[in-house]
Amino acid sequence: MSMLSFEKRYRVRGGTLIGGDLFDFWVGPFYVGFFGVLTAFFALLGTLLIIWGAAMGPTWNIWQISINPPDLSYGLGFAPLAEGGLWQLITICALGAFISWALRQAEIARKLGMGLHIPIAFSVAVFAYFALVVIRPVLLGAWGHGFPYGIMSHLDWVSNTGYQFLHFHYNPAHMLAIAFFFTTALALSMHGGLILSVTNPKKGETVKTPEYEDTFFRDVVGYSIGSLGIHRLGLFLALSAAFWSAVCIIISGPFWTQSWPEWWNWWLDLPIWA
Amino acid sequence: MKTMTHKTTTVAALAGAALLMTGCEMPIGIETEQTGYRGLGMEQVTKRHLEAMKRSGMEIPEPERPAAAAGPLAGDIYENVKVLGDLNISEFNRLMNAITAWVSPEEGCNYCHTPGNFADENVYTKIVSRRMLEMTYTINQEWTAHVGETGVTCYTCHMGNPVPENIWYEDPGMQQAGGFAASRMGQNLAGTNVASSSLPNDVFTPFLQGDEPKNIRITPRTSLPMGDNPYNLMDAEWVHGLMIHFSVALGANCTTCHNTNNFPEWETSPPQRVTAWHGIELVRALNNQYLNPLQPEYPDYRLGPLGDAPKTNCATCHNGLQLPLDRAQMLKDYPELNRVNHRGDQPAATTSAAADDAATAAEG
Repeated sequence: MSMLSFEKRYRVRGGTLIGGDLFDFWVGPFYVGFFGVLTAFFALLGTLLIIWGAAMGPTWNIWQISINPPDLSYGLGFAPLAEGGLWQLITICALGAFISWALRQAEIARKLGMGLHIPIAFSVAVFAYFALVVIRPVLLGAWGHGFPYGIMSHLDWVSNTGYQFLHFHYNPAHMLAIAFFFTTALALSMHGGLILSVTNPKKGETVKTPEYEDTFFRDVVGYSIGSLGIHRLGLFLALSAAFWSAVCIIISGPFWTQSWPEWWNWWLDLPIWA
Repeated sequence: MKTMTHKTTTVAALAGAALLMTGCEMPIGIETEQTGYRGLGMEQVTKRHLEAMKRSGMEIPEPERPAAAAGPLAGDIYENVKVLGDLNISEFNRLMNAITAWVSPEEGCNYCHTPGNFADENVYTKIVSRRMLEMTYTINQEWTAHVGETGVTCYTCHMGNPVPENIWYEDPGMQQAGGFAASRMGQNLAGTNVASSSLPNDVFTPFLQGDEPKNIRITPRTSLPMGDNPYNLMDAEWVHGLMIHFSVALGANCTTCHNTNNFPEWETSPPQRVTAWHGIELVRALNNQYLNPLQPEYPDYRLGPLGDAPKTNCATCHNGLQLPLDRAQMLKDYPELNRVNHRGDQPAATTSAAADDAATAAEG
């Protein structure tokens, strides 16, 4: 991968959060930095631990390999490696890699004098994972509440955990998360369509300006959020989706143990009609 | 302007969060139980204070003092003793006292008997309770696959109430337009039978009674019935509603009996599912053989909106607990309940002469 001719002038020193100049260099197209090294370390170690776990397990079928958390009886303590301890180590590696990756993004953003929007956005996804394997298990008192690392097995966990509450679609935060996921897709597709439509005019015509974009939506729905606003909206929608996903699982168990349909009894019990 | 927007957003976010939280429980006193392989998510999460609340009205009565071993038979001393005639009078009176404490502690003997004439057969509750003794006997003798050695007594369901708290009637639902208007099967209403969900509301009538109750173990594979699989998604929702009743009635959840990876698969299901299967058969048998045939005996005010008899479902005995009365061993203190003279499976159980004849014939 060769460097673009203008790229060199963006490769500036400084901006690191830790390590000073020590790791302040590039390998090919990639910026390294202290957190790049840390990411690589955790990612490699975690992957090797997964492979080790798979080697101890009953199958090499990629769909069926599963690294499961410990039994609930281990509570918040350490479990033997073959009985969930590996899952605990891999969780530490995953969080180490994810958080390092976010901090590497922050270093690059600082280097370029940009805002920290990207690392913050990425952190919300990390938070959703953290909620699943740390916050909820700690609130419930056992690491065993985390989800297993396997392509099919984690789906079983999702299904069973949902059915612990009889009908998960009645979880209000799940409702919000789904609504935000769908709206994110809608906004992204409309934005993508709009940009492609103005940059692909009829042959012989010039690319259209944002005024055209605004006019299009004003004509359609009477309002255009604007070319900067759509990105604010997009970020809000996407982060909300991940945020409410995290909320919907944190409240399932720690803050609600009955069926999710029954949560809505507060509505039926409102003194207006009850 | 900008700070105003910030403030408004913050206040709105806090108010929203507060609103969300008011509907929730405090994250304290959590108990968890693992019901499947680690990491599968087959668990039951409970809260100690909620479990205590569920049991707040539950008291296990002290056993009556044991009866004298010998004595004249109740059938020889008293009139109209049809199912407890083999007990001696000491055992008979002990059981009568216990039943009074279990079923009608406030109303006393007169809930089932005419004062001064205990032999009188004109009180409907006496006819019903006689049949209930036979029912109890049948459950304890023939349904150990479901009730185990713990068994049941009158108190399992009645818990001090003349009419058990959790019974059901056929539900006609809301008034519907006729003709070609689609029936919504009670959907889009928050149904108490189905934990306030909008699944089909009357999950008992089709599944828990009748000679050919609706099949519960179905696997619809298409949204509409196609090919040789007659089941559609609507059927699945109906079953889902029934399963929600099972879960709420037992304070359990779907994973108590199923690995939801594959609901129909028996091999991956916890053993509780077998017990539950026997429970379904038990409930159907009780409704068909004992409770529905009593319909002519009840006064109108004990009947449902469609004129049907009160019936049983899982909640009638379980009352929100996976093990009714937390497995209190009450039956072992009342051997009298295992010496009921059962008059046959389907006697009309009426006060009429025909029923008496049937009973005599059964005894003969």
